[in-house]
Amino acid sequence: MRRARRAVAVTRAARAVAIASLWFFAAAQAGAGQRSMLDAAGTDARETAGLWWTMSTTLAVVYLVFGALVFWALLRRRARTGSALRADHDQPIERRLRVAVAISAGFTTFVLVVFLVTSFAVERAISALRSEAPSLEIKVTGRQWWWEVEYPNADPSLTVTTANEIHVPLQTSVHFNLVAADVIHSFWVPNLGGKMDLIPGRSNSLWLRAEREGRYVGQCAEFCGLQHAHMNFLVVAEPKETFDVWLEAQRAPSQPPADELSRRGRDLFVSGPCAMCHTVRGTDAGGRNAPDLTHVASRDRIAAGSFPNDRAHLTHWIVHSQSLKPGNNMPVLAMDGSELEALVRYVETLR
Amino acid sequence: MTTGASELRHAEVFPGEHVERAELERAWSRPRGLWGWICSTDHKDIARRFVATALGFFALGGILAFLMRLQLALPENRLIGPDLYNQLFTMHGTTMMFLFAIPVMEAMGLFLVPLMIGCRNVAFPCLAAFSYWIFLLGGIALYAFFFLNIGPDAGWFAYVPLSGPEFSAGKRVDIWSQLINFTEISALAAAIDLIVTIFKMRAPGMTLSRMPLFVWAMLVTAFMVVFAMPAVMTCSLFLTTDRLVGTHFYNPAEGGEPILWQHMFWFFAHPEVYIVFLPATGFVSAMLPAFTRRHVFGYPAVVLSLASIALLGFGLWVHHMFATGLPKIGTSFFSATTMAIAIPSGVQVACWVATIWSGRPVLRTPMLFVIGFLFLFVIGGFTGVLQAAEPIDRQVHDSFFVVAHFHYVLIGGSLFPLFAAILFWFPKMTGRLASERVGKIAFALVFFGFNVTFFPMHLLGMHGMPRRVYTYGAETGWAAGNAVATAGALVLASGIVVLALNLLWSMRKGPLAGDNPWEADTLEWTLPSPAPVYNFLRLPVVSSRSPAWEPDDREVIGVRTSCREVLLSNVLDARPDSLIVLPASSPFPLALAFAAGVTFVLSCFTPWAVPVGAVLVFFALLGWAFPDELKKRCALPRIQDLDEPEIRRLAEVAQ
Repeated sequence: MRRARRAVAVTRAARAVAIASLWFFAAAQAGAGQRSMLDAAGTDARETAGLWWTMSTTLAVVYLVFGALVFWALLRRRARTGSALRADHDQPIERRLRVAVAISAGFTTFVLVVFLVTSFAVERAISALRSEAPSLEIKVTGRQWWWEVEYPNADPSLTVTTANEIHVPLQTSVHFNLVAADVIHSFWVPNLGGKMDLIPGRSNSLWLRAEREGRYVGQCAEFCGLQHAHMNFLVVAEPKETFDVWLEAQRAPSQPPADELSRRGRDLFVSGPCAMCHTVRGTDAGGRNAPDLTHVASRDRIAAGSFPNDRAHLTHWIVHSQSLKPGNNMPVLAMDGSELEALVRYVETLR
Repeated sequence: MTTGASELRHAEVFPGEHVERAELERAWSRPRGLWGWICSTDHKDIARRFVATALGFFALGGILAFLMRLQLALPENRLIGPDLYNQLFTMHGTTMMFLFAIPVMEAMGLFLVPLMIGCRNVAFPCLAAFSYWIFLLGGIALYAFFFLNIGPDAGWFAYVPLSGPEFSAGKRVDIWSQLINFTEISALAAAIDLIVTIFKMRAPGMTLSRMPLFVWAMLVTAFMVVFAMPAVMTCSLFLTTDRLVGTHFYNPAEGGEPILWQHMFWFFAHPEVYIVFLPATGFVSAMLPAFTRRHVFGYPAVVLSLASIALLGFGLWVHHMFATGLPKIGTSFFSATTMAIAIPSGVQVACWVATIWSGRPVLRTPMLFVIGFLFLFVIGGFTGVLQAAEPIDRQVHDSFFVVAHFHYVLIGGSLFPLFAAILFWFPKMTGRLASERVGKIAFALVFFGFNVTFFPMHLLGMHGMPRRVYTYGAETGWAAGNAVATAGALVLASGIVVLALNLLWSMRKGPLAGDNPWEADTLEWTLPSPAPVYNFLRLPVVSSRSPAWEPDDREVIGVRTSCREVLLSNVLDARPDSLIVLPASSPFPLALAFAAGVTFVLSCFTPWAVPVGAVLVFFALLGWAFPDELKKRCALPRIQDLDEPEIRRLAEVAQ
C-alpha cells in the first residue's frame, strides 16, 4: 500500500519534471521569427544552436535521471527523528555505493569530454569564417550610446559612414572590425552569432555570415552607462545585388532639398547647433560626435534603434530627446513650432 | 575522567563541578550592559550579530532587487529612471556579494567552528570582533552614501573605463572602491581567524581525518578568501589611485590596460562564487547525518572534492571574458577547466544522493531546503556547463540567461543551504526551535517563487535580453517573461518574509529545543542550547568522526578555569602542545575599526585622511595591545609550552 503510494508519488514527480523541461524546450523554440539565438540566420548562430541542442538535450535527460534518483532515494524508506541510526559499517552496501559514485563520476567525466570536443569542433567551424572569401570589412565603433558604422574603401572618398543600421550581403563572410571610442561595449546579434566586446585601445574582430534574408536586431551587451538599454542596432541581410545598390546610394551626398520649408530646415540645421555634432555630406554640417545623418531618412529606426523613424517620433526626439533617452549627449534645443517643423521636413528629405 | 596535564599542579582549583562552572562563567562572561555588548569577544556573540547584520543587508539587497523587478515588469516602464536603476543593480550586487554572502558564511563559520572542534573561542577573539565592526561600519557607510544619492552606479564589477575618472565623474565610484577595500578587510580577518582556529585549537583526538566536513569546508573557504581577496583589493586600489591620484593603470591612452581590471577582478570574483558555495556544501554535509540517520557517505571523496573545487576555482576566471577577444588557445584552456570543475561538484552531489539513498530520510524543514538545494543547484551547474562551451557562452554572456544561471547557483546552491542551516542551528543560537509548519510554508513559497522568478530569465536571455538594462521596448517580445518573473519575485519575497517572521516569533515563543533536537552527530550538539559562554565545561576528547553519536568518555581537565586559558593542539593529529590565555573583552576592536573606517571614507575626499587616520589607528592599536586585567590576573605567562611528560599524558588522553 505505502509502496504503491510512493510509486505514484515518484511517477507524478517525474512527470512534473518532464513537463517542466518540455515546456522549457517549447518556449526556447518559440523564438522562431524573432530575436533569438536559436532562430539561426547566420553560420555562427546555426553552429552554436546545434551545439546548444546537443548539450541541453543530454543535460535534460541526465537531469531527469538525477531527479528520479533523488525522489527514489527519498521515498524508499522514510524515517523520523529518533529512529535508529544505521550502522555505518554495513560493508556490502557501502561497497555498492562506492561503485555507484565511481560510475557517476566516470560518466560525468565522459560526458564532459564529449561536450568539450564537440564545443572545440564548433568553435573551429565558426573560426573558419575568417579565412573565407569573399569577405567584406565593416568597421563598427561603439559610442555612448550609438554605433558608428563604416564601410572602408581604399579610396577614402568611397568610404561610407552611417550609424545604427548595418547592411550585409547574404552568404558573405563579413569581418567586423570592432573598436570603442569611450567605454567598453559589446556587439551582439543573437540571430547571427555570438557577441564580441569593443574595448578602448584595442580592435577586436568578429566574423559573421548571414545565411537567411531578414532584418535582425542587435544590442549592446556590455553595461556602458546610463543608456545601455537604448543602444540597439539593426542588421539588414540582403542579396548581394540589393546590398550593392544600397551601398552605392549611401556613398552619394545628400540631395539639396526641393521645397521652401525643407530649405529653411537645412539652413537651420547647418547654421544651428545640429551641425556641431552631426554630419550631412553635401552640406557644411560636419560634426563627428554624433551619428552621420546624410541618409538618416532611409533608416528604419532612430536614437540607436530605440524608436520608429516616423514624423511623430522624429519631432518628439528632436525637442524631447532627454525625456525619451535620459542622459544621452544631445542637448536640449530651444526652437519654435515652425522651426521644428522645417527641421523635421528637412531631415525627412535625407533619404 | 583521566588525568590532565596540570591537574596535579592545580588540584586545589577543582573542588567540584559547580565551582568549575561558576569560575568559567566568571572568566568568560562579558561585562554587563551596552558597554559589555560593545566589548564582547565571545565568538557566539560576534557570530550572532554578524549573521543578523548580514541578514539585514540581505533584506536591503532584496528590496533593491524587488524594485528592479517592478521596473522591468512592463516594457517602457517609467517607474525608475536609468540613473537610479544603475545604482540599484550596483548596490544589489555589491550588497549580496560583499555585505551578505561572504560575511554570512564566515559568520556561520565563526559560530560553528569552535563548537564543532571542541574549544572555547576562536584563536583571535579581538580580531573576530574587529572583523564584525569593520563589516558593520562599511555596510552602514555604503548605504548612507546610497541614501544621500551618491551611491555607486558602475556595476558591482565596476568595469573600467566606465568606472574610471573620465566616465564616472563625482564620488560615486570612489566610495564604492574604498568601501569594498574596507569591508574586504573583514573577510580577510575572519578567514585568518578561522584557519588558525581550525589548525591549532581542535579538541585532542580530532585529527584532520576526523574533522567534521563543515569544518573542512570552512578551512578550504578561508584559504580561498586569503588568496582571492588580495586580487580585488589590488585592482580596486589601482582604480582608486587612477581616480584620485592620477595614475594610469587602466587608461589605454597612456599605456594602461582596461583588460587588466577584468583579469584581476575575476581572479577574485570567480573564486568568490566558490567562497560562497563551499560553506553551503559544508552545511549540507553537516545536516545530512541528522536527516538520513547515517554518516555522510564518502568522507574522503567529499574532502578531496572541496579541495579540488578550491584549486580549480582559481583557474576559471577567463570564462567571464570569452567575449573580450583573447586568443583562442587561452580561452580553450579555461573552457576545459570550467567543464572540469563539474567533476568534483558532481562527486559531492553523488555522495549526498548516496547518503540519502542508503540512509533513512527524515523530512524536517531544513531537509526540505537541502532537497530544494539539490534540485536547483544541479540546474545552475548544468547551465554552467552549457556556458563553459565557448560558442554558447558568446551567445548568452551578459544576457539574462546568465542572470538566471548564477541565481540558480547562488540562491539554489548557497541560500537554500543557508536557510536550512539557520533553521538547523537556530536552537544552538537561541535555545528554541523554529516552527516546522510555518517553515514548510516558507519553503514552498520560496521554492515556487524562486523558480517562477528566475526560470523565465533563461529564455529572456536566449531571446536577446541583455543584463543591466533599465527598460526594453514593447517590440522585443520580452514583456511576458518579465511579467512572470516579477510575479514570481512577489511570491519569493513573501516566502522570505514568512521565514523571517517564523524566526522572529520562534526566538521568543518557540518550544525549548534541548541539547540535540535533531540528533545530529557533531560536537556542538553535546552542549546545552543555547551554548554556554565558555562552550565546553570540560574540553572534549574525540575518537570518531561523529563525536555526538559515539562519545568518548574521556575529557581534558588540565586547563585552568579561572582565566581564559585554552588548549592548543598540533595541526595534523590534534595532539595537545601548549596552553595559551585568550584576551578578555575589549572595546579596542571597535575603536580600530572606527579609526580605519574614518580613514577610508575621508580618503575619498581628501588626502589628509591618511595622516589623520594613521594617528587614530595608532592609538587604537596601542589600546588593543595593552595587557588586559584578566590576563594580568593569570599568573602564568601568556603562552605556556607543555613539557614533555605533560604532552605525553595529554596525548595519551587523546588517543
